[in-house]
Amino acid sequence: MAVIIALALQFFQIALIVAIAPFVLGITRKVRARLLCRRGPPLLQVYYDLWKLMHKEAVLAHNASWVYRSAPYLVFAATWTAAGLVPTYATGLVFSWSADLIAIVALLGTARFTLALAGMDVGTAFGGLGSSREMMIASLAEPAMLLIAFTVALIAGTTQLSAIATVFVTAETGLRVSLGLALLGLIVVGIAENARIPIDNPATHLELTMVHEAMVLEYSGRHLAMIEAAAAVKLVLYFSLIACLFFPFGIATGDKTAAAIAIGVGSFLCKMLVLAVSLPIAETSVAKMRVFRYPAFLGGAFAAAALAVFLRFVSRGF
Amino acid sequence: MPDVTIGLGCAAGFLVIGATGAAIGRFSFAKTVIYGLSLALSLIALGLALSFLLRHAEASTVILPLGLPGTGAHFRLDALSAFFLLVVSLGGATTSLYALGYGQSERAPLRVLPYYGAFLGGMTLVVLAADAYSVLVAGEFMSLASWALVVAHYRDPAAVRAGYVYLVMASFGTLCLLLAFGLLAHASGEYTFAAMRATKLGPEVAVAVAALALVGAGSKAGVVPLHAWLPLAHPAAPSHISALLSGVMTKVGVYGFVRIVFDVAADQSPWSGLVALTLGGVTAVLGVLYALMQHDLKRLLAYHTVENIGIIFIGLGLALAFRANGQDGVAALALTAALFHVFNHAVFKSLLFFGAGAVLTATGQRDMERLGGLIHVMPKTAVVFLIGCASISALPPLNGFVSEWLTFQAILLSPQLPQWGLKFAVPATGALLALAAALAAACFVKAFGVVFLSRPRSPEAAAAREVDRFSLSAMFVLAALCVLAGILPGFVIDWLSPVTSALTGAVLPHQASMPWLSIVPIAESRSSYNGLIIFLFLTASGLFGAAVIHKFATRATRRSAIWDCGFPLDSPVTQYTSSSFAMPIRRVFGAAVFGVIERVDMPLPGEMRAGHFQVRVRDPAWRFIYGPLARSVARSAQWLNRMQFLTVRSYLTLVFLALIGLLLVVAAWR
Repeated sequence: MAVIIALALQFFQIALIVAIAPFVLGITRKVRARLLCRRGPPLLQVYYDLWKLMHKEAVLAHNASWVYRSAPYLVFAATWTAAGLVPTYATGLVFSWSADLIAIVALLGTARFTLALAGMDVGTAFGGLGSSREMMIASLAEPAMLLIAFTVALIAGTTQLSAIATVFVTAETGLRVSLGLALLGLIVVGIAENARIPIDNPATHLELTMVHEAMVLEYSGRHLAMIEAAAAVKLVLYFSLIACLFFPFGIATGDKTAAAIAIGVGSFLCKMLVLAVSLPIAETSVAKMRVFRYPAFLGGAFAAAALAVFLRFVSRGF
Repeated sequence: MPDVTIGLGCAAGFLVIGATGAAIGRFSFAKTVIYGLSLALSLIALGLALSFLLRHAEASTVILPLGLPGTGAHFRLDALSAFFLLVVSLGGATTSLYALGYGQSERAPLRVLPYYGAFLGGMTLVVLAADAYSVLVAGEFMSLASWALVVAHYRDPAAVRAGYVYLVMASFGTLCLLLAFGLLAHASGEYTFAAMRATKLGPEVAVAVAALALVGAGSKAGVVPLHAWLPLAHPAAPSHISALLSGVMTKVGVYGFVRIVFDVAADQSPWSGLVALTLGGVTAVLGVLYALMQHDLKRLLAYHTVENIGIIFIGLGLALAFRANGQDGVAALALTAALFHVFNHAVFKSLLFFGAGAVLTATGQRDMERLGGLIHVMPKTAVVFLIGCASISALPPLNGFVSEWLTFQAILLSPQLPQWGLKFAVPATGALLALAAALAAACFVKAFGVVFLSRPRSPEAAAAREVDRFSLSAMFVLAALCVLAGILPGFVIDWLSPVTSALTGAVLPHQASMPWLSIVPIAESRSSYNGLIIFLFLTASGLFGAAVIHKFATRATRRSAIWDCGFPLDSPVTQYTSSSFAMPIRRVFGAAVFGVIERVDMPLPGEMRAGHFQVRVRDPAWRFIYGPLARSVARSAQWLNRMQFLTVRSYLTLVFLALIGLLLVVAAWR
């Protein structure tokens, strides 16, 4: 019985992520539209879009290979697996030890690698452009992300996200300089990885500014639906990462009583809401950057994270 | 029969195969015979090494009446030798299998077959040798045999130049190793490793030995800035030899370093660890950046070997630093990470070179700018090459990720180190390793995307055909190893435990008994990773997504022309190429690292000539070290050349002056 409950809790988390991801994305779009004095699409529009795309036939180029056809499913699988292993409403779920923070970052790397290959498959200029830029951004963002992982791992003494969240929510970690720097870095990395302004514009269809959109330009129908769903899940993954590392209050750490789980789920949803509202506020207050300004922006995240790690190595007090 | 005798028998067998190759090389059946025999012998050696590690067998020694008079040649098989014998024989077995197919197209078999056996025999002897004299002779034999293979296609000027640079660098490396062993032999009074091990070294001697070992073994392994020969020599050889050179022989260099600083001269200060790991970090990042700039597939892979050697040296440096501070458990973790990466790199780099060889056979092209679309005509090669690319890019759930993950775990334990220099160097190296991993993924998206995906960029690429069964089966074996070592890494770690217990005195927790076959380097509360679960999750969620869509939505598919945002262009030259793919990264890192010169020659409006764009990327090692060095050698040779055309009087004066000079020295000496 205990095993069944444990498995059920784990699969509830995995399902929860996918279920709310389009809604969270819908909130950011709505808030963004309101900030731009537009009415904006309904909150559930992302679900409708996915539903519509799934039912359309997929149009493939004549020379599309199996890499192109299977990439959307693999991207979705890797993103979903990574997201399912980030603690959302409770720590210590049954599979939480099967991948630590470093492995989750690397799983997102698998998703990105697959998608970048798919962008190259048909052999168009846009696909190559998108893949090339995406890998350039990743080659700057991924090391920053790993250094952020180092920082929190050094503070908590473990790389297991579940254990880190437990440490941060129970022990008196307090305000720390290195954690502040790590949060700053994580926000920048999250913006870059999720293709948000100022790195990329998810709503753009102006060719020269596209990165992520250029890479998936040829996709249509159910394949596009999988990619869009993966993008939504990835956004929620980064939100829940920020929530579980820096705002872990409310998360169910001890016994999984019904009350603890209810509090955990409720606080998780509140955190998602807050983050989903703040992201478009930040986005609308800046302009998109030129491509070759990215290194400075992402280098800033890298420097902040590196500084945080060095501070941890110098003294345990920071 | 003791294990070491079987090992020596294998080495002797390889040498006999080499001799046979010289004798029968001109017959058409020779290739099948030679590679078949090598395959059988490599499998015997592989079985020996594996059973030695699994049995936790005792080291065995044999002394042959060869070599220096009075001392004899010592050979010993211990856990470290067994692990590297495993790497050598695994590489030898798969390469021989591959060559059964690939090697048939060799135009000059007499320039390859005799040296093939000799090369394998040389590498086997190096890992078995247990005295300074035998290890140096075997090492030099291995270097010369591999040199002969590099210049096998001697009509190609690039191969000859590569062979020349390789010969110079190999001699330099051997010289450094000779001096290192000289210092050790002086301290102990004997040539055997056993005597050297028993001698307590002074701190200065230990540092000097470590530095010489780093330079000597590092030049064989390809540590920056001693890597200059590697990207020239590895691509010049036939592809199965490239796989042996890159996947296996560089590991013999790593073996030399490990043998000296962890075993023979084990009293090292933490600072040798600092030097090794810093050098490793720099090597990793520079290696992958150079690799990104290449558009020759084999040279790209060769530069990637430099990167992976860097990752291995990061692990070794960490292990040295931890061991010198008495933290044996963490040292065992770092050493496990390094050796795991040795194994991984041997597997996926051989696989990738086999793939490059298959592409070369099928298209006659190594230049990525003229390839493309091979996934349609070489589907099986494409699958295995993709697995190799994903493994080397350290993507879970494959094997490359596991060794990098273990290295990261060791890095995260380094705040326990007391030295300030290490406290700063280790996180910086961690950042470099993270950067190298991310860039490697970019590099292999480029390699696979440009070669196998996209549209063919030349008629040869469009007309390619799948390669033969033997080549494919060798690649499938290696790809299967990539997947297996990735999802069941605990078994590999357990096989490495005799090595770590011999060299650091500690072992990691027994992994095969962990729940769900996850790997736990220190304790489960600290960190754990389960490749199997990740693999199952990935498969299940991917299939689940596909099943839901296919069942409840639609699976209708229509083929049509490329859309390309409404402006499709038929010409394949409108695609991204390898150079254009790497351009953003070249802009970001290139100016600082390579001193990239971009020259644009754009015709004015109305002019009818073609525009030109030229990029010049130079390896800084050539620009700052080897270029000036070669020029100064040439200058002094020019200057000395004048001494050849003097009169008899001048020569007599010179002799007289030399005599006086010598007498003055002698007088001053007394």
